[in-house]
Amino acid sequence: MPRSLVTILGSLMALGALIGLPIGLAIVGVLRWNEDVLFFILAEVMLISGLLVVTMRDIIRCGLAMMVCFGALAGIYVIAGAPFVAAAQVLVYIGAISVLVLFAIMLTQTKDAPASLVFQTQALGAAVASVLLAIVIAVTVGATDWPAVETRIRTATDELAQVLFRDYVLAFEVISVLLLAAVIGGIYVAKREEGGPP
Amino acid sequence: MSDSLNVYLILAGILFAIGTFGFLARRNAISMLMSIELMLNAVNLSIIAFGAFVERLAVHGSVIAIMVMAVAAAEATVGLAIVIAIFRNRKTPLVDEYDAMRQ
Repeated sequence: MPRSLVTILGSLMALGALIGLPIGLAIVGVLRWNEDVLFFILAEVMLISGLLVVTMRDIIRCGLAMMVCFGALAGIYVIAGAPFVAAAQVLVYIGAISVLVLFAIMLTQTKDAPASLVFQTQALGAAVASVLLAIVIAVTVGATDWPAVETRIRTATDELAQVLFRDYVLAFEVISVLLLAAVIGGIYVAKREEGGPP
Repeated sequence: MSDSLNVYLILAGILFAIGTFGFLARRNAISMLMSIELMLNAVNLSIIAFGAFVERLAVHGSVIAIMVMAVAAAEATVGLAIVIAIFRNRKTPLVDEYDAMRQ
């Protein structure tokens, strides 16, 4: 069997497992038949593509997996009741930051860079530390009594605009100046010197 | 499941831990920046979750998340520009070879 066929079959089976698991859980009765199934699928896609971002060898594929991760996160925002933030996520992260990262990857990858050694030598320690961090966060979240309501509160976009341009207008202006300064600084730092190396 | 604040917060915690692992373990500078983006997104997810489940933060959560997004965009711009500038001098994207200030 050719190798590409194996890859395609493997990814199809992985996709089937991703979608099949929450549907099976819903049939068994662990999940309810509402947004929960969709939420489960999106969370799976987000976590798996996030893991792929930090573990894959080819850095271009890491960038593409990052786009998938951000897209799934936008879906989770919609389920959480913040549609405007989801739209901003698609525009800013998938549309702008990912493209910026991909451009930077294409500008900085040399063929002679040793691509075989992806991780630092202390990668095992880093893995242990991050697993511990996840456990500590989960325990803390479970042990804290949040003043949370039972159902999600949806954020209407006109309400969001009212608050953003009334209560937070100073912060909004400051952030626009910050963005301008960052763009100018980025151009200045990355620009080629006259007569310097290309 | 999607009606409980804890699920969102644990999901954000796991994504943050994944980003931490990538930041600590990868050798490529751009991979480290991508891991930072993952961590920022995890924080944003927790902010959105608090906005969706805590009554006093109902609209404010979305506003804060949008501001975090703008700051993250600024960070990505400057960070990638710095990486490109260093790459132009050192000809390598690997961070363990950036040792000019260690000698």
